[in-house]
Amino acid sequence: MKNADAIIERINGFLVEEFEVEPSRITPEANLKTTLELDSLDYIDLVVVIESHLGFKVKPEDFQGIVSFQDFYNYVIPRVHTKELV
Amino acid sequence: MNRVVITGIGIYSCIGKNLDEVRDSLYEGHSGIVLDPVRKAFGYRSGLTGYVEKPNLKGMLDRRARITLPDQGEYAFLATTEAMRLARLDPDWTEKHIFGIIYGNDSTAKSVIEAIDIMREKKDTMLVGSGSVFQTMNSTVTMNLATIFKLRGINFTVSAACASGSHAIGLGYHFIKTGLEASIVCGGAQETGHYSMGNFDALSAFSTHESEPTKASRPFDRHRDGLIPSGGAATVILESLESAQGRGAPIWGEVIGYGFSSNGAHISNPTVEGPVRALRMALQEAGLRPDEVDYINAHATSTPAGDSSEARALDEVFGSARPCISSTKSMTGHECWMAGASEIVYSALMMRDSFVAPNINFEEPDEDSARLNIIKKSLGKDINVFLSNSFGFGGTNSTLIVRKWDKLTAL
Repeated sequence: MKNADAIIERINGFLVEEFEVEPSRITPEANLKTTLELDSLDYIDLVVVIESHLGFKVKPEDFQGIVSFQDFYNYVIPRVHTKELV
Repeated sequence: MNRVVITGIGIYSCIGKNLDEVRDSLYEGHSGIVLDPVRKAFGYRSGLTGYVEKPNLKGMLDRRARITLPDQGEYAFLATTEAMRLARLDPDWTEKHIFGIIYGNDSTAKSVIEAIDIMREKKDTMLVGSGSVFQTMNSTVTMNLATIFKLRGINFTVSAACASGSHAIGLGYHFIKTGLEASIVCGGAQETGHYSMGNFDALSAFSTHESEPTKASRPFDRHRDGLIPSGGAATVILESLESAQGRGAPIWGEVIGYGFSSNGAHISNPTVEGPVRALRMALQEAGLRPDEVDYINAHATSTPAGDSSEARALDEVFGSARPCISSTKSMTGHECWMAGASEIVYSALMMRDSFVAPNINFEEPDEDSARLNIIKKSLGKDINVFLSNSFGFGGTNSTLIVRKWDKLTAL
């Protein structure tokens, strides 16, 4: 099982690459939507990069309760572990 | 009725990625044709193609704009950026004034195939991403450029096979002439990947002269054996004379004639009568006699039947006037949906720099081309009026006539 820090580093890496944001702007407290400048179309691409890099599918409606990057990590990390156990 | 002038041109093609490079290639008779091993491995009869480098637009466009652009949209963005710069149009001006776009495009195969492949593999449509739908629609070029350049006037794509780009300019000309619009970005774009032309290759329409790629495209030559697919994008900015003069824009030439017709016959075999009607209609609208045309940029693609038909049509209309004729497809290959626009750009460069680009590889005429004045080597010549032909599957024909701009014609 990978530790949380390694997963977060990986998540930040593909978010920086896909959404072309300065790495320093990504902090656990930062707002996911405004930092990545996500509009309604960009959430579809968020689904794509998660599937591509982490191997599981996300429903767009799952993002509704996610505000900060920490919320995002809290959503993703258990699913990465679940996938590894399957 | 408004007079319609060209205030900017731009090009991204296999013979150059900007006007300067293209001008030199035209003058020197440089071919952009290569043999592509990917096509052979894919099952093409002919691996010949115009080579067009894929642009890198990172730093020029933001991510949102880039992910909705297919290859031909990228080419069109660069061609339009160059044309806008030459026309001295900045984003501030186009945002404040009504500016339209009519562009020719008739396929976007690569984007469609790549999206379907993902859906088949993943069994989830969402995994094609948000940019896919905007790449896969036939109007992809106009929807993307209208968004990027914030154009707020007429906005649609013309799909008319290999006459798409020419009809786009013809329609833009009419919209401005009749006062419906003052300024329109016109042009044509053509994708270049191996997905896009396989079914065209299936018709045995392409040259198989693979041993010498630069000699394979030989319009009007007795030993021609087919066309060579190519692509890129070309932009021609049209404006009313009033609009152009009002903002002090440079004027490259005046569009004075647009003729069109449909053969109403076979889906791929050409006729003589259809092009003759388009040619005569354009001449009549321009108010010109055949001997007043200095240069004809022929459609001639290097197919046995197509070139013969066009040669007969040109001979029937121009007869003893025998204007200078060349097919720049001898260098570029057939740029298909883009060709009608790119050949206006090529001809406009010749008109500006007073030369006729050669019909390279024209070594031995056949009985039809022998009746024409086909230019084999670069020729220094003042061009006051040029005419450009474009024909396409389904029998669609388009002829445009452009006159040089000078102070006399401005009066």
